[in-house]
Amino acid sequence: MTHALKSALLIGALALSACTNADRFDNPDPVNLNDRAGMGQTGLGAESNPGSPEYFNQTIGDRVLFAVDQSTLSPQAQSVLAGQAQWLMTNSDYLAVIEGHADEQGTREYNLALGARRANAVRDYLVSQGVAANRIRTVSYGKERPLAVCSDESCYSQNRRAVTVISIGVTG
Amino acid sequence: MTRFLTFLVAMLFATVAHAQDPLRLELTDGVIEPLPFALPGFHAETAGSEQVAGDITQVVAQDLMGTGLFRQIPRSAFISTPGSFTEPVAFADWRAINAQALIRGAVAVNGAQVSVKFRVYDVFSGSEMGEGLQFTGTTQGWRRMAHKVADEVYSRITGEAGYFDSRLVFVAETGPKDNRAKRLAVMDYDGANVQYLTDSSTIVLAPRFSPNGDRVLYTSYESGFPRINVLDVSTVGRQQLTTQQGEMAFSPRFSRDGQQVIYSLADGGNTDIWRTDLRTGQHTRLTSAPSIETAPSFSPDGSQIVFESDRSGTQQLYIMSANGGEARRISFGEGRYGTPVWSPRGDLIAFTKQNAGRFHIGVMRTDGSRERLLTASFLDEGPTWAPNGRVIMFSRETQGAGGTSSLFSVDITGRNLQRVPTPAGASDPSWGPLQR
Repeated sequence: MTHALKSALLIGALALSACTNADRFDNPDPVNLNDRAGMGQTGLGAESNPGSPEYFNQTIGDRVLFAVDQSTLSPQAQSVLAGQAQWLMTNSDYLAVIEGHADEQGTREYNLALGARRANAVRDYLVSQGVAANRIRTVSYGKERPLAVCSDESCYSQNRRAVTVISIGVTG
Repeated sequence: MTRFLTFLVAMLFATVAHAQDPLRLELTDGVIEPLPFALPGFHAETAGSEQVAGDITQVVAQDLMGTGLFRQIPRSAFISTPGSFTEPVAFADWRAINAQALIRGAVAVNGAQVSVKFRVYDVFSGSEMGEGLQFTGTTQGWRRMAHKVADEVYSRITGEAGYFDSRLVFVAETGPKDNRAKRLAVMDYDGANVQYLTDSSTIVLAPRFSPNGDRVLYTSYESGFPRINVLDVSTVGRQQLTTQQGEMAFSPRFSRDGQQVIYSLADGGNTDIWRTDLRTGQHTRLTSAPSIETAPSFSPDGSQIVFESDRSGTQQLYIMSANGGEARRISFGEGRYGTPVWSPRGDLIAFTKQNAGRFHIGVMRTDGSRERLLTASFLDEGPTWAPNGRVIMFSRETQGAGGTSSLFSVDITGRNLQRVPTPAGASDPSWGPLQR
């Protein structure tokens, strides 16, 4: 388990460094991320605190990326999600909404359905790792909320994502 | 069709005394040479009606010219200018400048009321096409009266119903690509009279007019999750459609009688097509495959549904019974096919095609034959049919970080591609019916 966690952390760090290539990710006024109720008001401190949302978002990694038109989880994605599952089981007062996204190369309807597939692939994986299904909801944004705005693969690869958005809440 | 026949009969009476064939623009094979017409300014019959008479004449001309089927002869070429509406037509003067059709009209304003009357003439046979008509309405409604005149002229010359007195519902877009604000809006077919139906506090997608134009179905993220709303156009009141339970519901469309809604429902990551009866509240599952089934559209008679599915491995078009069951694939060309929409005439399916990094709007017959691509660009999608089935409007998004979306129209022969003016960005058009 220690080994698995370590590799999850390593992958998480890689994912982070990949993300920082995008200017948007350093934007102090994030548009898509972490703007949900409960976030930012927890006062749990910096990402060094393993129980903090910042730690979840940045050190473990709140997102996984997908190949074109695919919803299968790569080994790297599975490592990130193993870390997410571990964190969610340790911090059981958090709920998760998994947002599935697609790049702009596709019709609106198909991309909504594809985003639903991606979000569900993440949900299924977290549940298989032991996270209670009733703590997780999924939503697809299709191509409506791109993170990177250029029209080539360097942006598309960042937009084909599923983001696990955590918030403190009561299990429904 | 009844109108068409009535018109034919009227034409036979009108031309019975003339050896020459009646004026008729056949649209079936596409028109390459626009038909020249003369449109003298509509006569202002009352004091103070000059402005609205001029405005109406201009909109009639824009409507006809905008089809790409007609060419207006400049007034500077006119040999004579008609005076009053009742003055006899000097056909020789119009023949001399090669006008094939002549449109004469008159406008009267009485208080807050406007009356427009007009006649259409076949110049070379020297006869009137159909009978003179008069429309009366309020001064604010002058554009609609102009569209009605143009619809009549179009109909008399082509033998087909017009589409100018119609509206579209669409998504008005503002803001950058990664933080785009979207709200529902309606406009006249030519982009005039834009009115907003929702604010931009949440994402709204793909509105669809009901067949009689009284309601709009659309997808909203108001609850945080995609759900289908029904909006009453006159009151702008909206309520969530009760669908089958699922993670998200989207891509709705009305049946031709406006009493049923077909849509996509995603559950457990799998998207299938469902139908909800608005009267009984009953939900019926129409597809049950592990693949993506979405973008359903009824045939005009309501008996069949065309939709897209990736059950073969890529997005393709399929037709099934309106009650579900076996579906037959109709698209077999290269690339991926999505967002099929059945034409109001029933003979064609419009679709979005993605191939080799480009997007196209195209049409094919309902058996998949005679595929014809009408457009090509970085990203074209979401066709909608004009009420007469001759013109398609769609969204076009430009490439890159500054990419924006706007509306374009093209006729089904692939000619006359035009940008439709909108105040800012625009996407997901849905064409409503010809208004009464």
